Order: sequence, then C-alpha cells, then structure tokens
Amino acid sequence: MNQSTELQWIDYLIILIYFGFVLGIGFVLRRFIRSSSDFLASGRSIPAWVAGLAFLSANLGAQEVIGMAASGAKYGIATSHFYWLGAIPAMVFVGIFMMPFYYGSKARSVPDYLSLRFDEKTRGFNAITFALMTIMSSGISMYAMALLIQTLHIFDSAIRALGLPQTWVFHASIIVSAVIVLGYIFLGGLTSAIYNEVLQFFLIVAGFLPLVTLGLINVGGWQGLKEKLQPAYLHAWAGLNNPRDNPLGVEWFSLIMGLGFVLSFGYWCTDFLVVQRAMAADSMASARRVPLIAAVPKMLFPFLVILPGLLALALTHPVNAGGAEGGKGASPAASVEATNPVSLIPPETNPETGQIVKDDKGQPVLNYNMVIPNMLLRYFPSGMLGIGLTALLASFMSGMAGNVTAFNTVWTYDIYQSYIRREADDRHYLRMAQFATVFGVLASVAVAYFVAAFNNIMDVLQLVFAFVNAPLFATFLLGMFWKRATGHGAFFGLLSGTLAAALHHGLTLSEGAVPGVKGGWIVVVHTYESQMAQNFWTAIYAWVVCFFVTIIVSLFTQPRPDEELRGLVYSLTEKDTSARGPWYTRPVPLGIGVLILTLILNIIFF
Amino acid sequence: MGIDLRYPIGLLFVIFGLLLVFYGLFSGTAAYSRSLGIDVNLWWGLIMLVFGGLMFFAAYRKRSK
Repeated sequence: MNQSTELQWIDYLIILIYFGFVLGIGFVLRRFIRSSSDFLASGRSIPAWVAGLAFLSANLGAQEVIGMAASGAKYGIATSHFYWLGAIPAMVFVGIFMMPFYYGSKARSVPDYLSLRFDEKTRGFNAITFALMTIMSSGISMYAMALLIQTLHIFDSAIRALGLPQTWVFHASIIVSAVIVLGYIFLGGLTSAIYNEVLQFFLIVAGFLPLVTLGLINVGGWQGLKEKLQPAYLHAWAGLNNPRDNPLGVEWFSLIMGLGFVLSFGYWCTDFLVVQRAMAADSMASARRVPLIAAVPKMLFPFLVILPGLLALALTHPVNAGGAEGGKGASPAASVEATNPVSLIPPETNPETGQIVKDDKGQPVLNYNMVIPNMLLRYFPSGMLGIGLTALLASFMSGMAGNVTAFNTVWTYDIYQSYIRREADDRHYLRMAQFATVFGVLASVAVAYFVAAFNNIMDVLQLVFAFVNAPLFATFLLGMFWKRATGHGAFFGLLSGTLAAALHHGLTLSEGAVPGVKGGWIVVVHTYESQMAQNFWTAIYAWVVCFFVTIIVSLFTQPRPDEELRGLVYSLTEKDTSARGPWYTRPVPLGIGVLILTLILNIIFF
Repeated sequence: MGIDLRYPIGLLFVIFGLLLVFYGLFSGTAAYSRSLGIDVNLWWGLIMLVFGGLMFFAAYRKRSK
C-alpha cells in the first residue's frame, strides 16, 4: 500500500449499518415466504424497475467493477466495447424476443425451458454444468474479496482489537461474508437477493460518482485527461482494422462476432443468473421491460467503472513522461513512480517472495486490479471512504448472492425435483431450497479455500466452463426460432460445440504465452495477436459448430408435433401485446431507443 | 411482494447522508487534503440525503394515493 490507511469509527459505522440493513431486509421479507415459488422466484411479483436494476447489478459483482477499471487502465476507452457492444444489443434482444418464451412458457428456470422445448438430457447437461459454475463463481468472488481486504490492510486494526492474529483477516472476511449472504438469502430468498442488488446499484453510484468527479478535477477535466493519454487509449473503434494497431489486440470482425454476438448473447440471453431476475417480474410486460430498463444505466456505467482506470493511468503514467508507445502491448510501466509518488497502479509482487514481478523485457508487470481500491484510498477521506468500501463490499456480496440464488433454484427444480424426488408437496421443496442455500454457501466457502490453495486447477476448471458456455446461444436461437430443431439435435450440438471450443483452444496460442492453460496444449497451429483474440475465436468456432451440428442432427431426427411446442417457439406463439401505455413503456420502442443512444455513444468515442 | 423497496433505500441514504453531513461539518479541513481540499463528506452527504428523501417521498405519495 502506498499510504497507510486506518479506518475511522465513521467508516466502520457505515459498513456496520449496511450489514444491519441487508440482514434487516431479509428479516422483513421472511414473513412473505410461503411456497417454493416465493423463495426461488419471488412469487413472480417484482416490479419492472426493481428487477431491471437487479438484472444489471447481478452482473456488476466487485470482480466486474475492479476488472473493468483494470481494463480501462490497460486498454483505454476500447474497454467500453464490453458494455456497448458486449451487453446492450443482447439485452435488447433478450427483452424483445426471448422473454416471451422464458416468461410465457411458465418455465421456472433456463434449464427448465430447455426441458420443455427439447428433452431431459439437454436440460440435465445445462443444469448440472450451470450449478457447478455458480458455486465456483460464488467461491471465487468470496476468495477475491478476502484477498483484497487482506492486501489493503483496512481491517487489520479491527482484527487486532479482537485479539486475533493477522492471518485471521482472510478467514474473518470469508466467515463474515458467508454468514451475511447466507442470512439474507435464507430469510428472504430471491426477493432478498434482488432487493440487496438494487441497494448495491445505488451504493455503487453513490461511491463511484464522487470518485470519478474528484479524479477528473485532479487530472484537469476531460481535456486534461485527453492530453495525458495516448490517442490509442481514447478511441473505441479506431485501429480495429489490424490487431496490432489497437490496445485490445483484436480486429473488428472477431470483436463484433466473438464479443458482440457469441459471448454477449450467450451470457445475457441464456445465463440463468441474470435471466432469473427478469423471470421474477410481476407480468409479461414487466419481464420484457426488465433487460431494457437495465440497459439504460448499463450504457452509462463505463463512465463510473472504466473511467477510473483511465484516470489512474493519466495520473500516474501521463504520456508526456515518455516510456510508452501506442498500440498493442505498449506498457506504460517504464515510467512508474518517476512521475508520481503515489502510484495508483502498483507493480505486481510475488506473494511468496515479496519481489516485484517482471515481464520478459525486464519491466515490472503492473497490477491493474488495484486501480479501484487505490483510487478509493487516494481520494476519499474517512466518511466517504466508508461509503466507497461499502459499495465494494456490497458488490462482492451480491455477486455471491446472485450465484447462490441461481444455484438453489436450478438445484431444487432442475436437479432434485427432476431426477431425485419427483412427487412431493411444495413444503418439501421449499425446505430443500433453503437447505440448498445453506449448502451453496458452504460449498462456496470450500471453493474459496480451494482457490487459495490450488490456483491452477481453478484456471483449468474455468476454462472448461468457458467451453461449455460458448455454444449455448446457438441452441437457444434454434430452439426459439426454428420449430424443426429437436432434442437430439440440441444435445449433440451443445456437445460438439463444447468439443470444438476445447479443440480450438488446444490448437492455438496467443503471442508470448506458453502452451498449457493458455492454449496450445495439443499442438500450436495458429498464434493470435492477443489472448482476447484467441478467446473470441474460440467462442466463434464453438458457436458455428453447435449451430450446424444442431441443424444437421435435427433434420435426421423426429421433430416434436406443433401442439407440444406452443408458447416455446416463435412461429407457434401468439405475439405478446400485453404492454399498453405510452411508447416509452413498450418493449420495441424502448429497445430501439436504447440502441440509438448506444450508437451515439459509439460515434462520440469512435 | 413484500415491501416497497423505496422505503429501505430512502432510509439507508438518509442515514448515510446525515452521518456524512455531520462528520463533514465537524471533521475540520485538514482531513480533506486527499479530496483536493473539497469537503466531499458534507457535499456528497447532502446529495445522498436529498436522494434518500426523494425516495421516501415517492414511496409515501404512492401509498397515500
């Protein structure tokens, strides 16, 4: 840490009040939980704006917030592609075209839709991989939080005051977060998680808006920021003709198809973690509005979460200090410390030796993930610091809670009720859902300690899950818009898409990477300019293979009769006309408006 | 289902706003060298207070309708 920061009583008080509130919401909501549907689907009663903000926040875990600022410092304004290209179009699509099937089919989860539309094996494959993934993400989120708290030394004095050794900072972070998350979900179920996600949304804005404002004042406004950064960091699209001309190291085709289509639609349209929020809405009209309402703040969030990265870069490594050239891989590390005594982007240190990590050119590797925490500590006095840390803790915890609520639903409905105990009264399933919540949190704790001990195994597992996810959207697209698609087609399409992803990853590598978990573990036949380009192409191959295998297998297998597919496929479903009222409350005009605004943002920051 | 979410949001922001405003009023200027000499606790506390109040007001108005 560059400056020793001891929290004052006011900071502790703010954090404690927040914890109290979170649990208090759970206690208040407890008396509304009477059935498994109340607990797992909020009894389908959430107003559109609440579900919309939760839809956004469920994705806005602290790793996302910290990671976006880190990418902002690493890649510049081009990071906004992850929002404007990699989220908004998919959010509009799921709201306008897909929610009618998710909500209207009375499916209780995304895997449940797959079983209604296709068959049990497709649902089983999706449900089991998804359940494993949520537990893992929740555990990783927990680990990341504990590690960050340990690194920042912010709660050291509290641990000392309790008479515990320093190493307990890590354990205490895990225990406290687990108890709180478990507490409020166990009491209030999905509603509790959704309410706290909305609270987190407002806290993030309350914590980050003044941070960005202070940073901008310090750097001399927007003009000052532009002068202190290289031109390559100030454009989203310029230089995308050649991967070597832009900081991302990708070209426009793989960016649009890989990020903008396959990965983005795969996440926003099929990941039950976010879709669950929209499915909890109080009506079909609300459910369709949920992703569109979420898209409005989403398109503005780059100014809150990516801009801090740019500010940190401009403040610590201004371009006139020399050292860095434009384009991909230009590391501003050379001028570290020389220009500014307070480094907002510190070099990475080896946790065992304490030595600074250097790259193959002998330059220090920067730890971009410290941008947000360091900015908070740099600009916020006691008081505001409490708000900023609360915002960060809130996103860590709702990141966990989002995964746990998605897990307990998929476990209860798609695994337990489908394969273990089919006929039981609803009370039994409610108890099972509560038990699954306890199990989910305990398993997350286990994962957190597992990650701490075996980082490498975790990387491999995450990679496997990325392979499973990549082709998913092809399955849903065909399932919803082509009534001829069959269960066998979907299942074998998914399998071969996953296999294609693994194969592509095993045959390619990015520049400077060693074969292994980064790719090339079969044999290297192609080398990409960056790991990002490799990831995008892996996704594109997986999607294309899944798409065509599904079509081919479907054509050779028996289709389901039309009557069985009513409400599940576009051509056999009545158009939803339930939204009446002014144009800005109807999905299609709202969606078009969102897309136009996003286009304008892209033009401004071209 | 449940409660109007604007009440807890409003309450939390009013409490946080009040805490920040009072802390900002009594903490002295020395504490604000980090925030470029701006008493961000006072100013941002006021904004949070107003926002919390508006949330409360909106929820209250809907109920009395």
